[in-house]
Amino acid sequence: MSAQVITVTSGKGGVGKTTVTANVGMALALAGRKVVCVDADIGLRNLDVVLGLENRIVYDIVHVVEGRCRTRQALIRDKRVPTLHLMPAAQSRDKSAVKPEDMVRICEELRPEFDYILIDSAAGIEEGFRTALAPADLILLVTNPEVSAVRDADRVIGLVEAMGKPVPKLIVNRLKLDMVRRGDMLDTSDVLEILAIELLGVIPEDEQVIVATNRGMPVVLEERSPAGQAFRAIARRLMGEPVPMFPSEDGQGILGWLRRLVRSGGGR
Amino acid sequence: MSWLDRLRGRPLPRETAKQRLQVILVHDRSNLSPGLLEVIKDEIIAVLSRHVPIIAEEVRVTVTQDARECRLVADIPLGNRHSRS
Ligand SMILES: Nc1ncnc2c1ncn2[C@@H]1O[C@H](COP(=O)(O)OP(=O)(O)OP(=O)(O)O)[C@@H](O)[C@H]1O
Ligand SMILES: [Mg+2]
Repeated sequence: MSAQVITVTSGKGGVGKTTVTANVGMALALAGRKVVCVDADIGLRNLDVVLGLENRIVYDIVHVVEGRCRTRQALIRDKRVPTLHLMPAAQSRDKSAVKPEDMVRICEELRPEFDYILIDSAAGIEEGFRTALAPADLILLVTNPEVSAVRDADRVIGLVEAMGKPVPKLIVNRLKLDMVRRGDMLDTSDVLEILAIELLGVIPEDEQVIVATNRGMPVVLEERSPAGQAFRAIARRLMGEPVPMFPSEDGQGILGWLRRLVRSGGGR
Repeated sequence: MSWLDRLRGRPLPRETAKQRLQVILVHDRSNLSPGLLEVIKDEIIAVLSRHVPIIAEEVRVTVTQDARECRLVADIPLGNRHSRS
């Protein structure tokens, strides 16, 4: 076994990296894969809380880097889904405590034992960005369908290219279908056309994400949640299954056709 | 956005957002700000005018892009030597 290392990143902060890491990680684990989620947001750890594992932390990634514990000892195993593991970030340190080469070494050590290593990055494009990307085989770029978030995502695509890393795959998070329907928000197709990279998934805005985060029970555990379904679809695509994309409201049925007709007729 | 706005011919927020993004990204990707483009334009005009008559006020210097490839395009209308001197 040799794990695929997947780094979840973004340009703008707060677009949903931690939510994506926790939920895609858990969805892969629910499908029987051995997964470790690594929190690379040193100093602002969150992944433990979103996963509901915050009470079980003894060691963290900085302890591993400083040789104060073995890599294995810092891993927390999720009791709900036993193939899911977390390597927590340190809360009281700064980003420079883990260097790119440390992250590469830790991943090399974990690779033989897992199917997937998911790394949750810190916001921003400074030191921590390079650290999280250093070991990546695949990069997931999370954005919201908003001008500032898409702009910053574009910058990340350029930086990733300059680092010689593979072109990221896109995740559009917090799409509000009713707003897209009214023409009040960028649709996935707009974001895709502008960024010109491959789409991995679209996650709708879903209140249950916030409820789930408050409970420490990732939303993929909710059978009926729309976001949960989107996360499961992303996990299946990562495992190589062809899963149809979240439907774009624009293209659907007679209403979509009428809408396109009206739009092409008026306003220009 | 209401139907009234649509009837008045206002562009949808979605369309405005997309257009703004396209303009912003052309400048971000090429690292050429709108101000710098103006400077480049003036310098092109100055250099070329020493060799050929050009219609300075109609010179356009823009950045275009195709997928992620950027291109600096200068459109320089030449003036008529006889009618202009
Ligand atoms: N699809 C969604 N629907 C509703 N709320 C969401 C969705 N995705 C994320 N959120 C909420 O948005 C907030 C930010 O999400 P998250 O912490 O995952 O972002 P982040 O990119 O990790 O932020 P940071 O850059 O600070 O690390 C959280 O409160 C989360 O619950
Ligand atoms: Mg985060």
